[in-house]
Amino acid sequence: MTSLPARIMRAGRYALAAGAAMLFTSVVAQAQVAPPPGPTVDAIKKRGMLNCGIDTGVPGFAFQDNKGVWHGIDIDYCRAVAAAVLGDPDKVKYTGTTAAARFTVLQSGEIDMLVRDSTLTFTRSTVLGLEEVAVNFYAGQGFLVRKSIGVTKAAELQGATICMVTGATLELNIADFARSTGAKIGSLLFEKPEEAIAAMEAGRCDGYTDDTGSLAGMRSTLKKPDDWFVMPELISKEPLGIHTRSGDPRWQKILFWLDNALKSAEEFGVTQANADQMKASKDPFILRLLGVEGETGKALGLEEAWAFRAIKTVGNYGEMYERHFGPKALNLPRGQNNLYTKGGLHYPLPIR
Amino acid sequence: MTTRQKALTWQAVVAVATAAILLFFARNVSDNLAIRGLSFGFDFLWRKAGFDIPFHLVEWDVNFPYGRALWVSGVNTLFAAAISIVVSSALGLTLALMRLSGNLLAAGTARTLVEIIRNTPQLLQIVFIYFAVLQALPQLRQSYNLGAGLFLNVRGLYVPAASGTAWDWITGLTLIGVALAAVLWRRVGVLLPRLLVLPPILIIGLVIAGFTATWDPPALKGFNFAGGVRIPPEVLAIVLGVSIYTSAFIAENVRAAILGIHKGQTEAARSLGLSAGRTMALVILPQALRILIPPLTSQYLNIIKSTTLGAAIAYPEILQIMARTVLNQSGRAIEVMTIVLGVFLAVNLITSLAMNHWNRKMALQGR
Repeated sequence: MTSLPARIMRAGRYALAAGAAMLFTSVVAQAQVAPPPGPTVDAIKKRGMLNCGIDTGVPGFAFQDNKGVWHGIDIDYCRAVAAAVLGDPDKVKYTGTTAAARFTVLQSGEIDMLVRDSTLTFTRSTVLGLEEVAVNFYAGQGFLVRKSIGVTKAAELQGATICMVTGATLELNIADFARSTGAKIGSLLFEKPEEAIAAMEAGRCDGYTDDTGSLAGMRSTLKKPDDWFVMPELISKEPLGIHTRSGDPRWQKILFWLDNALKSAEEFGVTQANADQMKASKDPFILRLLGVEGETGKALGLEEAWAFRAIKTVGNYGEMYERHFGPKALNLPRGQNNLYTKGGLHYPLPIR
Repeated sequence: MTTRQKALTWQAVVAVATAAILLFFARNVSDNLAIRGLSFGFDFLWRKAGFDIPFHLVEWDVNFPYGRALWVSGVNTLFAAAISIVVSSALGLTLALMRLSGNLLAAGTARTLVEIIRNTPQLLQIVFIYFAVLQALPQLRQSYNLGAGLFLNVRGLYVPAASGTAWDWITGLTLIGVALAAVLWRRVGVLLPRLLVLPPILIIGLVIAGFTATWDPPALKGFNFAGGVRIPPEVLAIVLGVSIYTSAFIAENVRAAILGIHKGQTEAARSLGLSAGRTMALVILPQALRILIPPLTSQYLNIIKSTTLGAAIAYPEILQIMARTVLNQSGRAIEVMTIVLGVFLAVNLITSLAMNHWNRKMALQGR
């Protein structure tokens, strides 16, 4: 019979060995840049479903109708990616994320991509370990205020209280604005836009602040939209777009070029309706875009019809904008969101 | 091998295995952080915050660091918790006494209230109270003028602010004096009921102090009232929401504690000629306290945790400021969550300790 201390020591050694074995298996060596289409697409194909992170509810970007179907330009991006990668735009699992939780959800791997009217910024790229893939909406921070308070400029909001969502660039911009102009604006922070809007309508705040696109969207949900107006002045630049986790450059490239394809389609007049006929076009650029020539799909690790399928699903960028922000929807002029050829900022890189 | 040796061996195995698992998780976290190019550390607490905290009891400025935001929001959490503990205890005791009063109307009302309150979700109640409060109050320019410089509107209750050296000293001394008297009352052997003597002294002290103070009454300027002190509706909603909900549970605890006292105690007190009220106050409640303290401790700990629901109604407590704003601005998810958990653990352990101390003091000697 061995002594007690020896037994304890031996038991301890076994446990340590087990622990060390667990540790060893957990240390997975990071692979070199994987061949196309990369680990994220492999995972998506294996589960047959794209996990897309979206907003919890802002008309224009992501909003559920009374049948529970999601609509919005961010939703269209998710559908376009699913069409390009999986060949079926309905194979998307939408995850509604609050402003505060969205990046953690992306970092933890719960979603493959985040298209949630989120501003692409320095901090998010460097400190949060994310990739800024593409801009799908150029916005700026503006104010929705009660008409009766008679304010026309942001500087006149001195002393006013503004409702907003927490965990975004909004509160920082307000504080920056106060520091640069001396106009102190009180802020009241809510988890979700609808809570902030409800408090504003009850009179707790003088207004609501958000990005331009979202402001138009939230105004449409008000009980009396005509009592409120969106101030023309903007206090910040908010390029909204697609975020991914760092670590899979292949996935990043697919999303980047898909965004370019949707904008190029508008540039070259390819629409959801005429995409089939355009396959017979004489323009080699259009033929490359639609996958008739050029083997663009092979380079990305997708099928050649990747961009064609996306365009057939959601149309070109202009059609998407028209559907969600056009005169029949939120009636927000295209402005900066036009193509560069029409005085806007969207400048698709050439697919060649 | 004796039983004792076996037990020791197993304990050692469990301890080492637990340590190994913890190490595994820690290693996993650090590996994954490294893969994503993230770092771990608390140095961000010294970085400039750059956001505003709308309601703060201690000084706050957008140029202060995140660490100060932790302090400011922590104070807000403790403030809401402290008031809620006092209010819910008073409400709970009232509801329990109503229920036991034997008066059909009072007992029925208390019973209905308790059942409604404890059978609906707390978050729902808080959001309901917040929006009900907001909807009920008038807009800024139609404020209720309550007289004496008090204004009530959708932005909150505006109270004139008092200042001055004499004011500070007299209010301070009165509060400390009354608190000391309340604690030492029985020990010194005063037989007058303290509830009849102390509140008037408190009021007289505050009134005298009020005469010596300089008052800064609120006045409507631009978008808002300038001057005075504002109690925002968020504070009201979170305190009411948490207090009302918990009071239902406290009421049941109090009722159970009172019913747990043998009937003979009441009968004996009444035979000695004590009135029903004095029987309750001098014989039943002091004994019931022994049974009451342990469940009451749980309720107080719940209150402290429930204040985090304030995040839903824009009350800037520690969860909203740290786990929402700071987490998002700094990107330090693990660190921030660790801090918030640590703060709650510390506060609740201290509360537990105090309540256990009280419990030991109240317990029957020799039991």
